[in-house]
Amino acid sequence: MIRLLSVRLLQAILVMVAVTAIAFIMFRFVGDPVASMVREGATQAEKDALRAALGLDRSIPVQFVHFVGQVLTGNLGTSFRYQQPVTDLLLNRLPATLELVVVATVLSLAIGIPLGVLSALKPHALLSRLTQSATLVGISMPTFVTGLLLILVFAVNLRWLPSSGRGDLVDLGLWQTGFLTLSGLKSLILPSITLALFQLTLIMRLVRSEMIDVLSSDYIRFAFARGLPKSYIYSKLALRNALMPVVTVTGLQIGQLIAFAIVTETVFQWPGMGLLFTNAVGYPDIPVLSAYLLFVGFLFVFINMIVDILYTFIDPRLRTK
Amino acid sequence: MTKTKPPVLDIRNLRVEYPLATGDVLVAVKDIDLVIQPGEIHALVGESGAGKTTVGNALMGLLQAPGKIVSGSIDIAGKPIDLRTGRTEGIVPGRDVGAIFQDPMTSLNPLFTVQDQLCEGMLTHLKISAREARARALDLMKAVGIPEPERRLGSYPHQLSGGQRQRVVIATALACDPQLIVADEPTTALDVSVQAQILKLIRDLADQRGVGVLLVTHNMGVVAEIADRVTIMQNGAVVESGPAREVLTAPKAPYARTLIAAVPPIDTRLERLPVPSEETKVTLEARDAVRRNNKKGNAERSDEVVLDVRNLCVEYGKGSLIPGRKTSVFKAVKSVSFNVKRGEIFGLVGESGCGKTTVANTIAGLVTQSSGDIDFQGNSLGGHRARSVRQSLQMVFQDPYSALNPRLRINNAIAEPILFYKLASNGAEARQDAKTLLEAVGLPGDAGLRFAHAFSGGQRQRIAIARALGPRPSMLICDEPTSALDVSVQAQLLNLLKDLRDLAGLSMLFISHDLAVIRQMCDRIAVMKSGEIVELADTETLFTAPKHDYTRELLRLAPSLERILERERASA
Repeated sequence: MIRLLSVRLLQAILVMVAVTAIAFIMFRFVGDPVASMVREGATQAEKDALRAALGLDRSIPVQFVHFVGQVLTGNLGTSFRYQQPVTDLLLNRLPATLELVVVATVLSLAIGIPLGVLSALKPHALLSRLTQSATLVGISMPTFVTGLLLILVFAVNLRWLPSSGRGDLVDLGLWQTGFLTLSGLKSLILPSITLALFQLTLIMRLVRSEMIDVLSSDYIRFAFARGLPKSYIYSKLALRNALMPVVTVTGLQIGQLIAFAIVTETVFQWPGMGLLFTNAVGYPDIPVLSAYLLFVGFLFVFINMIVDILYTFIDPRLRTK
Repeated sequence: MTKTKPPVLDIRNLRVEYPLATGDVLVAVKDIDLVIQPGEIHALVGESGAGKTTVGNALMGLLQAPGKIVSGSIDIAGKPIDLRTGRTEGIVPGRDVGAIFQDPMTSLNPLFTVQDQLCEGMLTHLKISAREARARALDLMKAVGIPEPERRLGSYPHQLSGGQRQRVVIATALACDPQLIVADEPTTALDVSVQAQILKLIRDLADQRGVGVLLVTHNMGVVAEIADRVTIMQNGAVVESGPAREVLTAPKAPYARTLIAAVPPIDTRLERLPVPSEETKVTLEARDAVRRNNKKGNAERSDEVVLDVRNLCVEYGKGSLIPGRKTSVFKAVKSVSFNVKRGEIFGLVGESGCGKTTVANTIAGLVTQSSGDIDFQGNSLGGHRARSVRQSLQMVFQDPYSALNPRLRINNAIAEPILFYKLASNGAEARQDAKTLLEAVGLPGDAGLRFAHAFSGGQRQRIAIARALGPRPSMLICDEPTSALDVSVQAQLLNLLKDLRDLAGLSMLFISHDLAVIRQMCDRIAVMKSGEIVELADTETLFTAPKHDYTRELLRLAPSLERILERERASA
């Protein structure tokens, strides 16, 4: 198991080196930063001075090593647009996105798994047929349509919930949370439902098909032959087997959500990283973009490692000596 | 005490029906009677579709919807079953009736330890504490003969061998002291040596604990080995029932006679197995056509060596982090040498994991050898193979259900290789060849218009053979060609393969774990163990005077009717 983990760790490091190289290349080939940073009509001497100040006059390998060193110490450069350290910008926005994604993921698991199990066990029950068709709508409707509809109904017409922003926040030092105030929690509801809908459908359908597979397996038939209670067989024996692929998919989906919650964040004016990223693309704010690339790369590698580790806990077959 | 005990199972006039979508009704079990006394092993025998598994499911309350018991009665230990619910008042499945399934590889949940799975039934049914359950589990593990029972309780199923898993399954079935055990093909998935141990274990359980056993099986050797009584079923009905020895030695019903005759004997070699002949005029004409075609390439039987395998080694290794380097090498085949002569059927026999299939796959080019030479008709089979070589070597696989493309009409499936090797000038001609081949393997010529799902397992294997004959090979590699099939179908196919050898001058590499089949088919045999050939001899020599201990062991363990009767005569 230790071998397995160290192999995975090594692979993760290799991936991160590759991602870092791409992030570095972005600086060099997506336009000349000096040209976009100096004031209009600057002399060549001024440009050279800036180039030297940015370290762009050195050889490429030296620049790369310097870049890696900077990344490792947490210095991701200065945003062209905001003239602030990118690290600070990311850290400012991260809590908003993370809170949104966590709530959305919890929602989709808490609703998706039971619904999936139900529609596998009782495919003809009214509730499972309803959810089957409702989730089909959920998966085929673009996120921004769902979001706008929710805003229209709950924020504009009913005036129950706010339509944008995070509400009142409580500052916990590095982390600004919306979990601790009523308006913060209320603001979370609509965006997290919007974000969760697609995931929920995916998880429900996955659980359903896995559960149907597992229920027809010999060991479940054997469990019935041993006269074990139905509820025990379904909830303990079958579900655990059916949930294995759900771990993988949820892991990947969390990464996907954190990195690309852009549409939802835009619709709800949620001050998260997606919004930061969209703005950076328009500007173009290269340090932010490359930092974002690094962050997303790291996120996926990290989550996949967690998933692998979880797998070895769930599936004893992977725990070989 | 035992005199007053009611039979553990008393089935009267049981009828199980499956309503079909068309409105018809499929009668899976037709008014059968079956009685099992305590301590008795009752074998239920029949071919697939005979309804034997349905009987077992019905009495355990495991009938799959929409199947239902229509009439009759099932008394378990004197208590009648409620026909509407399929349950018996006072009888709890798992507590009073234990079940053993066919495949130990899949009947245990891979995510839970042996202890979990052993104890959960006891905790549910016996209302004992976890500590008591564990102590009992340990006793059970000892009772079924698992080495290091203490440690094995904490193991997961994948850490156990097939035989050990089946022992765990048996221990689970025994956990709550059942009065009746339903064992559905308990040894079919196991090697002969393990099979012998498991059968002995079941016999001991019946003798020592007085458990009644309903043994569902298709293997007559197994029946002869341990059953007290036997019931033979055909199409849902009982055709014959009685004490095992009587039924096996002097079957009265015609079907029982053909079924028992179709079992290949291990002690004598028959020219043909006694099953109804299929040689109609059409078949014979088609075979003549096949013979004319094949004669161009193949000569009569002779001592000419067609396939020469020398020092063949095959290693499997896990890829390491550094590309090109392999770690933890597993030697599947260790320096194996043999040859096959023209028109000869050469047998490879051994238990699962001995490397016999790897040898076949290497010769067929599906696996690359690590070292050693394979010469086939003067061509060295190493890396790239000439088209003519690939054409001359054809393969028949074990599982006819997965060997045919479900979306291809049969005549197209057979015509495909014929066209590929340009043995026919156009599709119509190739399909005509396909029709001839189908007739030659005993199927109607118009069978080619249908898809694979329209055929039974035996028919599919015939189609697979016809497809292999299409490219007019000089050698056929048959990897367990009949082990997925019923005995009577197996007998027909074995006869067919012999006929084809005779008519087309085919050489065959015939792989099987079934010694009786090997004896009927092969001219020479190599016995493999752990990747090596331990003995290679003429069939008669090998069976009458085996030299190696392992060969003797295999022969001793193979369950066989004649052998058991002989043993009894000797002891009497």
